[in-house]
Parts: sequence; structure tokens; C-alpha cells
Amino acid sequence: MSSKPPKSLFTYAVFYLIFLYAPVMLLPLFAFNDSAIIALPLSGFTLHWFGLLWETKALHEALYNSLLIAVITAVGSTTLGIFAARAAARYEFPGKRGIVGFIMVPLVLPEIIVGVALIVVLIQLGLSLSAWTVIIGHVLICTPFSIAILQSAFNNMDRSLEEASMDLGENKLGTFFRVILPLVTPGIISSLLISFTISLDEFIIAFFLTGTDVTLPVYIWGQLRFPARLPAIMALGFLMVSLSFFLLLTAEYFRRRANRLTGGHSQSNDGIFQ
Amino acid sequence: MKRPQKTNKQIINIKGVEKQFGDVTALNGVSLTIKEGEFFSLLGPSGCGKTTLLRMISGFDSPNLGSVYIDGSDMTNVPPNQRPTNMVFQSYAIFPHLNVAENVGYGLKKQKLPKDEIKLRVEEALALVDLEGYGAREAHALSGGQRQRVALARALIMKPKVLLLDEPLSALDKKLRETMQGELRKLQRTVGITFVLVTHDQEEALTMSDRIAVMFDGKIAQLDTPEGLYKRPKTKRVASFIGVMNFIPAKVIASTKTKLSLDVEALGKVDVGASDTIKSGEKITVGIRPEMLTILYEETDDADNVFSGIIVSASYYGDMTYYEVELGNTAIRATVSMRNTAGRPVLRAGTETRIGWGYESITVLDG
Ligand SMILES: Nc1ncnc2c1ncn2[C@@H]1O[C@H](COP(=O)(O)OP(=O)(O)OP(=O)(O)O)[C@@H](O)[C@H]1O
Ligand SMILES: [Mg+2]
Repeated sequence: MSSKPPKSLFTYAVFYLIFLYAPVMLLPLFAFNDSAIIALPLSGFTLHWFGLLWETKALHEALYNSLLIAVITAVGSTTLGIFAARAAARYEFPGKRGIVGFIMVPLVLPEIIVGVALIVVLIQLGLSLSAWTVIIGHVLICTPFSIAILQSAFNNMDRSLEEASMDLGENKLGTFFRVILPLVTPGIISSLLISFTISLDEFIIAFFLTGTDVTLPVYIWGQLRFPARLPAIMALGFLMVSLSFFLLLTAEYFRRRANRLTGGHSQSNDGIFQ
Repeated sequence: MKRPQKTNKQIINIKGVEKQFGDVTALNGVSLTIKEGEFFSLLGPSGCGKTTLLRMISGFDSPNLGSVYIDGSDMTNVPPNQRPTNMVFQSYAIFPHLNVAENVGYGLKKQKLPKDEIKLRVEEALALVDLEGYGAREAHALSGGQRQRVALARALIMKPKVLLLDEPLSALDKKLRETMQGELRKLQRTVGITFVLVTHDQEEALTMSDRIAVMFDGKIAQLDTPEGLYKRPKTKRVASFIGVMNFIPAKVIASTKTKLSLDVEALGKVDVGASDTIKSGEKITVGIRPEMLTILYEETDDADNVFSGIIVSASYYGDMTYYEVELGNTAIRATVSMRNTAGRPVLRAGTETRIGWGYESITVLDG
């Protein structure tokens, strides 16, 4: 089974990776470049652009909005995810497959459709656009990710562990806190981190629903009209990519740990990272 | 801990329990009483409803019909955490995020006992299962046998009135299983708690239990002591589930108040104990255990009754040899087991031999 892949496949993989990451690699390149123009050749190393970020007040407001929205979204979608994943893993009810499938649909719906649909509904309801409307949209798109992650954590849990707890005199609530929760905690952390990251980076829905509470991606989009601010945006982009990358890696670490703890062996790859 | 105690008090009383899962009838009218301090086994083939019955006692399932009494109170609809029973799960269900001491002390922590007392009792329970000093060990660092002991300690520390064990030894290898059989029996005598063991291994049930309920298809086929089950199986099915038995057709010549006169094919006429269900003229089946048939090696050897046979095959097991023998001039074959003592060579297939048997070795079977 250890036959080498054909050379052509290898070449393809290399080009694919370059295509995927080359634009991202440009971020640090120009973020540290001592020139207001985004062009080669590079003209020297500077931290000036990062300093500029520090002084821009509108940016801080956008960052604050984004963080607030991301945190509430993460908690909201993970909480909903816990209920849904637990129900899907433990209980049989009519139409279960259909219902679970239906919850997962936002995963594949184009965000622009979700955004337009939401704005129509919210305006009909007479709600004014704010950070809260963005949160509603983000919870909607993050919940399926949370469910996918949490479902693998709940499914891997041996049912007799819960029964053992009940058998030893613990009640349902106690069993949830003393057995179920500790065993799915890594999955919960993973879900929190991933929905946080998704919300932080999300642009389309935020753009539609944000009102005056601009989020970071929306702020960046607004700044693109001013070429002089581009290097600072590069610096900001570099920081955001680094943070996202770090959060996703941490989330993946916890997801694998969840699978190990709950005794899932061969199934360690059924999360969203195949 | 407590002294061994076997009273005649009923600890478990199951009355007409039925359980359906969709179309499947897992239990079909089971009634049974278990006495305090008894080592009781539920024995039967896969799918006969043993686990379901155990789960009725522990409270994880509730019957569609019938009721379960434990120590005199109706427990039919009482949840598991309020029953005086504890369970050793087949998978052991050791909490993976807790160490050995935390696993064993899990139930006591719920009772909000002082830390010192919990610690003391955990140590006591670990000593009981020969795991002194293992308290700090992480759950994943335990061997199969150790996991089983932790599961036992975790249940026994609760001082249940009844300990339920669902095939606790089936995950262990043969050698360890045999050791644990002895230890489990010894443990039961030490703590004096009623044990209800589920197993599909007849040898395990015979060696460990005070009484055994043999189950088929969601019903109890026979309930008896190990000796009673082996010597007086009621049906062909029970007889062949417990050890090996030869089945031979017979005709009832006379059925009186004191005895049953039979004409057993190939073996001849025998009188056995009276039966009130079997009538004269009826065709029945009798059973005879392989060790009740004896190959007569010497011309001078004698028995109650002797017939001739031809050896069809011989299987050598070291201490024993099992012969397949064709009886007399009939097509009936019987298994004969002989202990390989001095002066008993292993006979080859085709050898003509005389076989002896005693009248008391015949068992009359219903169907
Ligand atoms: N939760 C359930 N849902 C549906 N059917 C079930 C359920 N539990 C048990 N059964 C069915 O009930 C019957 C009895 O099952 P049970 O587990 O009691 O058998 P068992 O004697 O313990 O068998 P084994 O030795 O294989 O463990 C089986 O036919 C089984 O398929
Ligand atoms: Mg079973």
C-alpha cells in the first residue's frame, strides 16, 4: 500500500498550495514594508503600520464590535449546538434525520442569500440594524458548525457511562455536570473557538446587517477606498490571519482530545476538518 | 465487612414481567424470586433476554407488564439512582476523566460524606478487590482485569442490597477469567451481598452459582441448583445447553404411582422414578450424560447393564477422551467420555467394545 503518488500529482499539489497561500504570504511582506505603495521591490523593514493601527480610533471601535459579536455568537451557537447534538445523539424522535439535516443546511447556503433574507425579515419585524442583528445572522451560520463538532463528541460517548453514574445514585442533572460535560468539554471549547473565528472573519452578513456598529471586516472594506491606508490594512490583515490560524489550530487540538477522551478511535476524522 | 449470610428472606421478587422492543419480545412472562445472600446466575444463549431482565432489576428499563420488588418494596417505576442495587457493566464503564480513587468514590461524593470518610472507604474498597495503592492511577492506564476490579469496587462501596453483573468476565482472556471466577465467588462470600450474574457461559454459571435460571426466548426454562440442572434437566434444550447429553428415544411400557417402566432403544428395559405427566404407551426421549456411560476394558468388568458398540471416532483431550460410539445394531450414536487413567489406552475407531451404564443415570425429558 506504500506506492508513491505519481509525479504529476505532486506537482499539482505544490501549485495548489502556492495558489492557496501566496496571497496570504503577501500580507506580512507588505505589512512590514517601509513604503506607502503596495508594490515590489520592497523598500525596508518597519513597524510603522502596526503603530498606525494603534492610533486609529475607528478601528478600535470596529474591533470592539467584532469581538463582542464573536464572543456572543460563539456562546450562543455552542449552547444551541449542545442541545441539538445531545438530542441527536441520545434520543429517537420522528423525523430526526430530516430535522438534523435541516439544521445543517445553512452550512451550504450562500451567505449573500442568508444576508438578504435576514435583512428582509428583520426590517419587516421593525428591528433596527445593530450589533445584535449581526449576532443573529452569525449564530445562524455558526450553529451548524457547532453541531457538527459537538455531535462527534456526544456520539463517541459510551452510553453506559451515563448509566453507571445514575446507578451510583447520581441524578440526571448531576450526571450531566459530573460525567457528560467533562467528557465533551474539549468539544465545547473547539466549538467556541471555531464559531468565534467564523464570526470574527465573516463579511457578507455583517455588511448587510451591521447598521452603524461596523465590524472589523466591514471597516477594512471601507478603508480600501483610500490607497494610503492600504499598508495599515495589510498589517491588520496579518494580525487577523495569525489569530484565526492560531484559534483554528487550538480548536482542532481540543476536538481530537475530545475524541480521545470519549474513546472514539477510528472516528477521529469525522469533524469538519476531514 | 459483613459476615456471610444466607437467609431464606426474598430479596428480589419478579412477577410476570413482559417487555417488548417494537416487534421483538425480549421478556415473555418472567417470574422469579432471589434469596438474600445468594449467588444467582441468569444463563442463556445470546438474545434470550438476560441483559433486559437485569436492566429491569437495576431500573434502566421498565417492564410493559408485571412488577419488580426489591427487599419487599415495589420498585417497578423507581429510577436506578433510587434503587438499592448496583451494577458492574459489561464494558465496565470506568469514567475516563477520573482516576481510580475518584471512580470508586463517585457514589459517595454524591452522598456528600466528609472527605476523610470517603478516602477511608475508597481504600477499604480497593483493598477488597486487591487494588491497594492504585487510587492515583489514571483510568486509561489500567489493564482489563484491573478495570473490572475498579468497576467492582465502585459498585461494592455503595453497599448495595443486590449487586448486578452483566457478563463481567467475557472481556477477559481465558486464564484471567478462570482466576476471576474464583475471586468473584470468594468476594461474594466475604461481603455477603446478593449477586445476580448474567452469563452465556454454562461452565461459569455452574462453578460460581448457588442457583441458576436458564433462559430461552425471553422465558425461564428451568431454575435449579447447578447440580440439579446438570443431573435433572427438564427439557432437551436445557440438557444440551448445560454440558453434553446423549438423547435416546424410548417407549413407556407402564406408568404407575411408584415408577415408570421404559423400553429404551438400544439400551433395553429400565425402571425410573414416577411421573404424573407421562402416560403408558407414550414415546419419549431420555437423556444420558457421556460420563455415565463406561467403556468396559476388561472381560471381567461389569455394570448394571451392558451392551455392545462400535467406536466411530475418538477425540483426545489430555485428561479425557471422548468417544463417538454406535450402539448395538442400531444407527444411534452416543458420546462416551472416559478419564485417561492408567491401563486405559485410547481406543481406535472401528474397535468393538462393551459399554456399561447404571439405571440411575437415565434422565426423562419433556420434549
Ligand atoms: N433497546 C433495545 N431496542 C430494541 N431491541 C432490543 C433492545 N434491547 C434488547 N433488544 C432485543 O431484545 C432481545 C433480548 O436482548 P438482551 O440484550 O436482553 O439479550 P441477552 O440475553 O443479554 O443477549 P447477549 O448474551 O447477546 O447479551 C434481543 O432480541 C435484542 O435484540
Ligand atoms: Mg446481554
